[in-house]
Amino acid sequence: MLGFLVRRLWQAAMVMIVISLISFSIQDNLGDPLRELVGQSVSEAERQKLRDQLGLNDPFLVQYARFLKRAVRGDLGNSYFFKRPALDVILDKLPATVELVIGATLIIVSLSIPIGVFAAINPKHWFARFTVGASIVGISIPVFLTAIMSIYIFSVELGWLPSYGRGQTMNVYGWTTGFLTKDGLVHLILPCFALASILLPLFIRLIRAEMMEVLETEYVKFAWAKGLSSKRIWFVHALKNTLLPVITVGGVQIGTMIAYTILTETVFQWPGMGFLFLEAVNRVDTPLIIAYLIVVGLIFVITNTIVDLIYGLVNPTVRLARGHD
Amino acid sequence: MISRWQQFAQSSFVYSFRNDAIAIASAIVLFACLTASFSAPLIAPFDPYDPMQIDLMDSETPPLWQQGGDTRFFFGTDAQGRDLLSTILYGTRISITIGVFAVLLQAFVGISFGLLAGYVGGRLDSLLMRVADIQLSFSTLMVAIVTLAVFQVAFGTELYERLAILMLILVIGIAEWPQYARTVRASVLAEKKKEYVDAARVIGFKPSRIMVRHILPNTLSPILVISTVQVANAIVSEAALSFLGLGMPITKPSLGSLINSGFEFIFSGSWWITIIPSIVLIILVLSINLLGDWLRDVLNPKLYKD
Repeated sequence: MLGFLVRRLWQAAMVMIVISLISFSIQDNLGDPLRELVGQSVSEAERQKLRDQLGLNDPFLVQYARFLKRAVRGDLGNSYFFKRPALDVILDKLPATVELVIGATLIIVSLSIPIGVFAAINPKHWFARFTVGASIVGISIPVFLTAIMSIYIFSVELGWLPSYGRGQTMNVYGWTTGFLTKDGLVHLILPCFALASILLPLFIRLIRAEMMEVLETEYVKFAWAKGLSSKRIWFVHALKNTLLPVITVGGVQIGTMIAYTILTETVFQWPGMGFLFLEAVNRVDTPLIIAYLIVVGLIFVITNTIVDLIYGLVNPTVRLARGHD
Repeated sequence: MISRWQQFAQSSFVYSFRNDAIAIASAIVLFACLTASFSAPLIAPFDPYDPMQIDLMDSETPPLWQQGGDTRFFFGTDAQGRDLLSTILYGTRISITIGVFAVLLQAFVGISFGLLAGYVGGRLDSLLMRVADIQLSFSTLMVAIVTLAVFQVAFGTELYERLAILMLILVIGIAEWPQYARTVRASVLAEKKKEYVDAARVIGFKPSRIMVRHILPNTLSPILVISTVQVANAIVSEAALSFLGLGMPITKPSLGSLINSGFEFIFSGSWWITIIPSIVLIILVLSINLLGDWLRDVLNPKLYKD
């Protein structure tokens, strides 16, 4: 297990180094920090002097090392637009995005497991057939279209739910949350469902397929032969092994989820990181773009590592198999 | 002696197609989309790229069946006064072109790497698969959004708009190669053990010939199955990127940029500018996905599962 842990952490570190290299080369090639500082009216000789002072003429690796040193301390430069540290600007918006992802995850978990299990146990039932059919339609509808359609139906036509923003939020120890106010919860409904809509059908199909496979295995047949109750077989024996591949796919899909927050946040003008990122792109706010890349990269790497470790814990064969190659 | 065509017509492949109503229906819909969009210059009532044919006075005309509709504009017009039907036809053509070429690029890169990784094995294999794992853990869309955003900033909007089609194909094409590589590698590993490969090796064929001429043809059915899904995914990715303003410019809209341009108008009642292209996009993607589902059931390849 220790070897597995070390290897996994090593890989995570490599990925972060690649991300930081990419971020640094973006910073290096986009925009001129000198122009941000002094404007156009400075002579070429003075510019060169300033460049030397700022270390902009140093070799690539020296500059990169300096960038890394500052990045590790959390200093990613000031946002050109907000005139504040870019990392602070991003972290201010982090709670909005995280709550969106949490809400969508809750919806996915609480719907896909019961529906998937039901469809696997009763494959001939009309509801099972309906969900399997509906899931292929669901997969085919891009997340931003679900968002637009739901705004059109529930906000514009019916006027039931708000179409943009977070509504009223509460500040709990520096974390702004929409989960504790009624207005905030109402604002969460549409964006969370839109974000969940892309992965929900995928997970229903996955859980159904895995569960059906598990129900055919010898140990489940043996459990039937032992005369265990059907509830125990379904929910204790079979469900456990069904959830194994679901954890892996879930880990991979966290990336998809974060990417889709950009789309969802754009449609709902949700004041989160993704919305901020697109604004930063339009304003050519390089420090903010880089801060987003690093924060999101870090979230990716941390969650992927955790998911892999959990998977290693619950499925010993992975540890062994990977230990030998 | 029966001809190849007869042999094909009597195969179980065609038989199962004939007996599957959903497969037939989606094939018809897909065929209609393809013909209509690729003959757009012939059948579209207007040329949306020609500013002479656009009159701003016609903007936001509702579709024909709604009050205030104009007989010239079946689906109504967008905010610039362009005929929505023509714009959709041209836009679908762009969306499909980008989707197909992006998948061809994915397939080329992914199949080459998959063949090499599976056949050569060893260090090359573990390196390529590790890279594929890492790239897959960052979702395609994320990679594409970041890359395109950076290029847009670097090129400036004007140059970027001219290169948009190429950039979209490159970015979507390169971001998804691991899908192919993993599938191909898995089938190569299974095929490599078989006797015909040993026979070819004993005859003294070069590894490149064995890979391309002997092993590759036997991995075609999984490639075919993921290709359909990948085309659908690529079309959706393109639409999403264009919706974010990182794809096709509004002067040369794909379905995604059309949806984007109409989005702000659904609040003022002009729903058709966004909703009609959305429905076209959904129908297109759904028909491809349904065909893909059917293909998977028929060919039943052992897809890479993990």
